[in-house]
Amino acid sequence: MKKDEVPQDSDNLHEGTFKQIMYAVDNTGNYVQVQSAGWEPENIALTQAWEEVNEKVAAAKVLVQSGEISPVAYYMEKNLMDLALLANYVGKFQWQVKRHMKPAVFRGLSDKMLQRYADAFKISKDDLLHIK
Amino acid sequence: MNSHQFHHTQTAHCESGVISNLLGHHGLKISEPMAFGIGAGIFFGHLPFVKVNGVPGTTYRIWPGAIFQRVCKRLGVKMETAKFSSPEKGMAALDQVIANGTPVGLLSSVYYLPYFPPSYRFHFNAHNLVVYGKREDQYLVSDPVMDTVTEIDPESLAQARFAKGFPAPKGKMYYPVHVPGKASFEKPIKEGIAQSCHYMLKIPLPMFGVKGIRFLANRVKDYPQKVGERKSALYLGNVIRMQEEIGTGGAGFRFVYAAFLQESAVLLNKPELSRLATELTQAGDLWRNFAFAAGRVCKSRSADNVSYKELSEMLMQCAATEETFFKKLARI
Repeated sequence: MKKDEVPQDSDNLHEGTFKQIMYAVDNTGNYVQVQSAGWEPENIALTQAWEEVNEKVAAAKVLVQSGEISPVAYYMEKNLMDLALLANYVGKFQWQVKRHMKPAVFRGLSDKMLQRYADAFKISKDDLLHIK
Repeated sequence: MNSHQFHHTQTAHCESGVISNLLGHHGLKISEPMAFGIGAGIFFGHLPFVKVNGVPGTTYRIWPGAIFQRVCKRLGVKMETAKFSSPEKGMAALDQVIANGTPVGLLSSVYYLPYFPPSYRFHFNAHNLVVYGKREDQYLVSDPVMDTVTEIDPESLAQARFAKGFPAPKGKMYYPVHVPGKASFEKPIKEGIAQSCHYMLKIPLPMFGVKGIRFLANRVKDYPQKVGERKSALYLGNVIRMQEEIGTGGAGFRFVYAAFLQESAVLLNKPELSRLATELTQAGDLWRNFAFAAGRVCKSRSADNVSYKELSEMLMQCAATEETFFKKLARI
């Protein structure tokens, strides 16, 4: 890649401020560091990854509202976690966390357990019980 | 607390950048590409069974921490490293070391670093940064992928250092206790090159090195039939991100490594290394072409077999170019 070919495809994902370092060759063929504001393929891939996350969050929200899953499942998606990571954060086995995703089981959780979930998601217990 | 002096240089990659900045602070000048090359950072691996958020993993670099260990060993740098059982202990230990004016390298999760744009904050637990002081309860941070130095509040830093998941950073911190004033790079360079060639050419498993690139190529070809349109695009998108997202310097570290070879050509007085750098630059350009085409395929959302077959052929070409390149490099 030549120095003057270093792409500067900025988009709102970078918030216009964030520039990363690329290595490119100058006219004499020597490698130099060049700042890049972004590149189209990377932007597409990152946007796509976020679309996937947002869709999962939206789908989970609908299911919570219709009473099919508990807020634990919704906040897990919202915090980009998977079952293994969430179980790790709350100090439970994956099958236990999975159970807590059932509304009936969730309703019976102790205050202590609810607080652990709230801490893992960095929200208040109230927000955990009532998703917005 | 004493003067908070730390010379921050923005680099492409966090691990080699922290090495370069930390050792530079202790008087051993080493560029990012040199650190990356001596640490034999260049690699390729595709692991379909190691899934992150349901997407197969791909890597263009050696596993986290390896570059660090190798550079320290090869240059005779002694590091003090520590992990902690609780955030309280970890933060207290950090305070103690920076109070002496010693900058400290920290392992952290990107997800909890508020100074990154939100769009980059995924649960990636192997990010390296340097804390070099404290001012009014805020930690002074030199994050190598950032433009300038920044600050972070204690709570976020503790969360980032003690994030859960794989690999759990467990508050890992490190700082040099002995740095040789002058080090000859000659032998470390040769060892680094030999190791990279070995990893790229000789691992007897299909997922790694040049074989790994062909392995990925074969799988990409079948994505549309096997996993459908949506997942194909997500799988492909992840390959692009591993190759081009923050930290690779472009083309999945191929350009950084070429810069290392160029620098080594001068140090070792071996002009053939410079010629090989040019060859690797061409391989890097092939990777960039692949990423560009792959990005277009993701965007068009047309999972026709033709486009995935073409991408697969582009990867095969990358593999062939790198195989030739590393075989030549191994003979030097």
